[in-house]
Amino acid sequence: MQQPATGVTSLSEYLVRLGDDRLILGHRLSEWCGHGPILEEDIALANISLDLIGQANLLLELAGKAEGRGRNADALAYFREGVEFRNALMMELPRGDFGFTTARQFLVSVFEALHLERLQSSKEPELAGIAAKAYKETRYHVRHSAGWMLKLGDGSAESHQRVQNAIDDLWRFTGELFESDELERDLVKQGIAVDRASLRAAWKAEVAQVLQAATITMPDDGFMQRGGREGKHTEHLGHLLAEMQIVARSFPGAEW
Amino acid sequence: MRAREAYWIAVGEVLDPEVPVLSVVDLGIVRDIREEADSVVVDVTPTYSGCPAMQVIESDIIAALRNAGASNVRVNTVFQPVWTTDWISEEARARLRSYGIAPPSGAAAVVTELIPLRRRVETIACPRCGSSNTEQRSEFGSTACKAIMFCNECREPFEYFKPI
Repeated sequence: MQQPATGVTSLSEYLVRLGDDRLILGHRLSEWCGHGPILEEDIALANISLDLIGQANLLLELAGKAEGRGRNADALAYFREGVEFRNALMMELPRGDFGFTTARQFLVSVFEALHLERLQSSKEPELAGIAAKAYKETRYHVRHSAGWMLKLGDGSAESHQRVQNAIDDLWRFTGELFESDELERDLVKQGIAVDRASLRAAWKAEVAQVLQAATITMPDDGFMQRGGREGKHTEHLGHLLAEMQIVARSFPGAEW
Repeated sequence: MRAREAYWIAVGEVLDPEVPVLSVVDLGIVRDIREEADSVVVDVTPTYSGCPAMQVIESDIIAALRNAGASNVRVNTVFQPVWTTDWISEEARARLRSYGIAPPSGAAAVVTELIPLRRRVETIACPRCGSSNTEQRSEFGSTACKAIMFCNECREPFEYFKPI
């Protein structure tokens, strides 16, 4: 890897944030495998999960290299404690019903499509390449989740209510997606990171368009939950990690 | 130079384990083969970020080059330029079709709006009967690279290698 001019540690921290969002959401989606409402959907959710975990693998591998302490993607995924994870809180919430999963995928995929489109021009060349690949994959994720938002929102009274509830419950977790701190602002100045806050207006416009067509009411921006980027998580993350990490921790160094 | 040609021929015989009518060269994922000091270095770009076939492909490439006389082989992953199905040759598309998979539309580079509220109608011919009276069941199929289609004419499902 080409060494960036400055800030090796802040680069690895940033890459861990990007990687953890995908790892944790990908794991949540993988919980649907074998439980999807119909076969095609089971397959679709597993495929999207695979894309996200694949992206996480590439990003965490790069984070390990930037960190320079010999940790690879597996070490970062399986041997960190909850407080060391840097994902946004929205990613770790339990999968809920299919309406909740759909609503979360929709809100996150639209954000990621806009985010990755810009991250393709990062001055960190490997990150730019990973972003360019992930951007193309994410466009399919957006189409998939937006299609279901329309079907469920503008569907039966039951499906409408479930998606409306999900959007209402998720809204207070959306603020964190657009949050940045000193570390990220510094990387933005260097042309490595994307200024998350600058994506908010475009995100809201895309989301509003679909919610309106789906007859779903967009909630008001009120109090926003935060803390994931600093390792302050909900109680749900620990349970997820216990399941995700148990095999690697029970048999460290095992190969198969 | 002659060794390099032999290496390309050897790698051209490595098949995609999930679509075994396409070689990794047909797919366009082998970007360069070169000799560096005492090693043969192969640049490979992944198809999808999470494609589980990539590890098998890597070890198959290493085995093929060893058979072709290379003693040390290193596979180097490159991310740019980013892989697109537009790189699949016409000849390879015909092979896909005869294998029963509709080839990608070749319009991967065309940028449409992020969220098409009105579904654009893309005609994908059935690889079995050739009918255009087909519909998409899901944009996600048995592997990351394929969508599930259905032919209303011959009443059979089929797979579509989706453009990306």
